[in-house]
Amino acid sequence: MLGEGILKGLAETAKNFAGSYVSKERLTTVQYPEERIAPIEATRDFPFLVYDGEDWQAGLRCVACQICEKECPPKCIYIEKSKDKKPDYVGKPQIYPARFDIDISVCMSCQICVEVCPFEAIKMDTVFELATEDRFGGLLLDRSKLAKSNEYYHTIHPTEAAEVDARLAEEKAKVEAKARAAAEAAAAKAAAAPAAAAGAPAKTEPPAVKPAGGAE
Amino acid sequence: MLEKADQVFVLLLHWLVGYLPAAWQPAAGVLLCVVAIIAVYPTLFALAVLLERKGLGRMQNRYGPNRVGPFGILQPVADGIKSLTKEDIVPFTADAVVHFIAPLVLVVAVFMGFAVLPMGRNMVLVDLDASLLFFFAMGASTELSVFMAGWSSRNKYSLLGAMRAVAQMISYEVPLLLSTVGVVMITGSLSLVDIVDAQNRYTWGLAHWNVFKPWGLAGFVMFVIASMAETNRSPFDLPEGESEIVAGYFTEYSGFKFALFFLGEYVGMFGIAGLGTSLFLGGWSSPLAILNWVPSWIWFFSKVMVWICFFIWVRGTMPRLRQDQLMNFAWKFVLPMTLLNLLVAAEWRFVADLWLRWIAGMVIVVGAYVLMGRVGMRREHFGPRTYRYAE
Repeated sequence: MLGEGILKGLAETAKNFAGSYVSKERLTTVQYPEERIAPIEATRDFPFLVYDGEDWQAGLRCVACQICEKECPPKCIYIEKSKDKKPDYVGKPQIYPARFDIDISVCMSCQICVEVCPFEAIKMDTVFELATEDRFGGLLLDRSKLAKSNEYYHTIHPTEAAEVDARLAEEKAKVEAKARAAAEAAAAKAAAAPAAAAGAPAKTEPPAVKPAGGAE
Repeated sequence: MLEKADQVFVLLLHWLVGYLPAAWQPAAGVLLCVVAIIAVYPTLFALAVLLERKGLGRMQNRYGPNRVGPFGILQPVADGIKSLTKEDIVPFTADAVVHFIAPLVLVVAVFMGFAVLPMGRNMVLVDLDASLLFFFAMGASTELSVFMAGWSSRNKYSLLGAMRAVAQMISYEVPLLLSTVGVVMITGSLSLVDIVDAQNRYTWGLAHWNVFKPWGLAGFVMFVIASMAETNRSPFDLPEGESEIVAGYFTEYSGFKFALFFLGEYVGMFGIAGLGTSLFLGGWSSPLAILNWVPSWIWFFSKVMVWICFFIWVRGTMPRLRQDQLMNFAWKFVLPMTLLNLLVAAEWRFVADLWLRWIAGMVIVVGAYVLMGRVGMRREHFGPRTYRYAE
């Protein structure tokens, strides 16, 4: 009969209406400022700079290579290189960013800066409550606001951070092994030098290098 | 004491007017009534908006507004402040004068209808002999304002909305009028005061409401359908159709003018609900004789609010109709039913035997409903689409 479906529908909405007061399961709304659900691990919004250790200025991984600045599609990154150098995580002296600004009102959260960074220095953050009264200054994040510790990175993206740490440790180990090998070679050379007659060190050196060259 | 409570507003009016010289008293009385109407219905409007937003939310298993004030009850205040402080934008190419007048015409027209509604015992502003006709005349002039708004905005969505609104409102004006003719035939009066008085009688403690009679029931159902279409309520909200034409005829309105359209729409709903209550649900009379001690105005306003709640319920349930469905429904189902209802009303009027007129009336009404629902509203199956050239 005509109208049967309408009555069925009315019964359904009436059931919803009454049911929403009785059973809490019907209401799926998360009442945001008071209630929060934990963000999923892959959440990302804006980039931040990772630093190691306690002091953010000393531990900043960024070496101001400016790749991210050049790759950034909306051009929201601005970097100024430093004049002096500071040691990086393996101890090699590197330049560092004297200025590193990200305008998050321009940033489109594409993660390209993260993908191109060879130094694992820039990663994606999960903070989203960035509303501010100052439209220009408040959304232009400088170095001090962007720098966040590696421990923080571990809390927001544990899996990814563990992979990054493993990669860095491997690299560091490789560098250290190389340095040790170099040091050993130098020591051996230093030890060999006085043992051989101090007459002609230039002549004794080529045969010592040759096996290494042949191994390659 | 209870009689005083029933007549409290009438007594208050007389007491206030009594301070004025006799020559001014009629005019002052009318003015006070108008002020009361203009104060009461926007307040009810705020209440209805809150009810609608909360109720619709609950029907969709949401909370609805719950931030402003305790349980969100101050939401209408926030909405009002917002719409009052927003920028009023008039499109550069719009016809500024008509664009400005349209919301005013709407609000004036919908408020005029309340002049003839009996909102309680002795509570009617103007007791016209042809108050039903007056109400419909005023209700029909809202179409004018809708078309003014749509035409003057110079916007394709506005114009489309206005075209739809006019087509829909004219189509449903006919069944709306015809569904009330049965009441006029039986009561023998066009005056709403007389119509309510005729229903304010009791047999075995039960009221003689028109809805309890076969012709009244059929007329009531058709009136509810037509009134939803008249006030552009869902499922007949094609003129606004948010998903298709932005906001229909008031696309180009903002700020207070938009609020006026919104107000006009809801006050129009109250008007048509008040009319339907007076015609079919006994107006200010109580359903049971033993409940007669409750003040008459409480009955009227609670019936109107129940009607509004039903509108909200329907809105939460049904999707929007398509234009052809809307027209088919109006001309193939509602209009024939209302015409047939005239026959039923005549049968009720002239058949003296109580049982015979009940049975005959119910048989005609229910039979026609089932038959027309089966035949007239049959869904046409066109089968899968065929292509002549593209294969």
